[in-house]
Amino acid sequence: MFLRLFWTFFKIGTFTLGGGYAMLPLIQREVVDNQHWIDEREFLNMVALAQAAPGIIAVNSAIFIGYKVDRWRGLLGAVLGAVLPSFCIILCIAIIFHNFRNQPSIEAIFKGIRPAVVALIAAPLYRMTHNALKGNNFYIALLVSLATALFIWLFGVSPVVIILAVILITLLITNCLQSKSNKNIQ
Amino acid sequence: MIYLQLFISFFKIGLFGFGGGYAILSLIEHEVEYYGWMNQQEFVDIVAISQVTPGPIGINAATYIGYTASGHIIGSIIATSAIILPSLIIMLTLCKLYLRLEDKYANNPYYNNTLLMLRFTVLGLIAAAALTLITPFNFIDYYSWIFFAGVFILSLLKVKYLSNPILLIIIAGAIGYFVYS
Repeated sequence: MFLRLFWTFFKIGTFTLGGGYAMLPLIQREVVDNQHWIDEREFLNMVALAQAAPGIIAVNSAIFIGYKVDRWRGLLGAVLGAVLPSFCIILCIAIIFHNFRNQPSIEAIFKGIRPAVVALIAAPLYRMTHNALKGNNFYIALLVSLATALFIWLFGVSPVVIILAVILITLLITNCLQSKSNKNIQ
Repeated sequence: MIYLQLFISFFKIGLFGFGGGYAILSLIEHEVEYYGWMNQQEFVDIVAISQVTPGPIGINAATYIGYTASGHIIGSIIATSAIILPSLIIMLTLCKLYLRLEDKYANNPYYNNTLLMLRFTVLGLIAAAALTLITPFNFIDYYSWIFFAGVFILSLLKVKYLSNPILLIIIAGAIGYFVYS
């Protein structure tokens, strides 16, 4: 079971370009459709948890599925399988690229790539903003996202501080709202 | 010492890296800048390499930064393990809770409100990652803005085959080679 989980996630890790979200449909096909380790409903719950929890979504999924299938052994196999391909590939690139990156031709290529990468980071924001602002929380969404971006960008506040603040304030406000509605019921 | 710094930094990134992918970039950027592990160009280069190689961006960045910051494979191993460790603890706890609760947690207002607010925060984190990287180091002349606008528009338009980030990076690199060398 260790080897099967390892191999399944190793394949997924080797052949998905473009990061964690691209992995989810492949994980679903392998784990739900081919291996029948968990069912469709469980998979969707797993995705919800993997996205809600901090950390890398593909790794979170591997932890959940691995543990569910075969406890610790499964967990170890799935996580190693998910991580090792990109670890090895990037390590090779780091060793090689670190020595060659000052070559003029490589530098010229990356001068073109750098603004392109910034555009690739910025582009999904358009769709995400559109979705997030659609709900009835328009002003809260606008305030929270703008404040986050400005505090980090302009004032160099650590993202960790902002995330902690958002969590604490949300819990406090929820607590107030809860006790208020409890009083109303009484 | 460098190994301890790498461990603490990437543990923090793993612990607070809500939203995955690009949202994690802003946390990594902050740590890298704080310790001076690499300059901004190199950071953007890693993001580019992450896009064209398999695997999650967080793992790629941890492996790469671990190696370049320490000059040794041990740095890669420590950084990569450190970014996974919080996930391991949290997901395992959630998994055990889930096996017992199924999906009853989904109606908890504390849980739902926090998730909703974090979704808005993630938007801000990604915006901050993009804004922080718009500097004279990455945008060296007006050609850079043409690259930026071209890729931005093409990836929004969802042109078949062309709007693929990997292809866009390769094209930008090829054009960059002709423009700048």
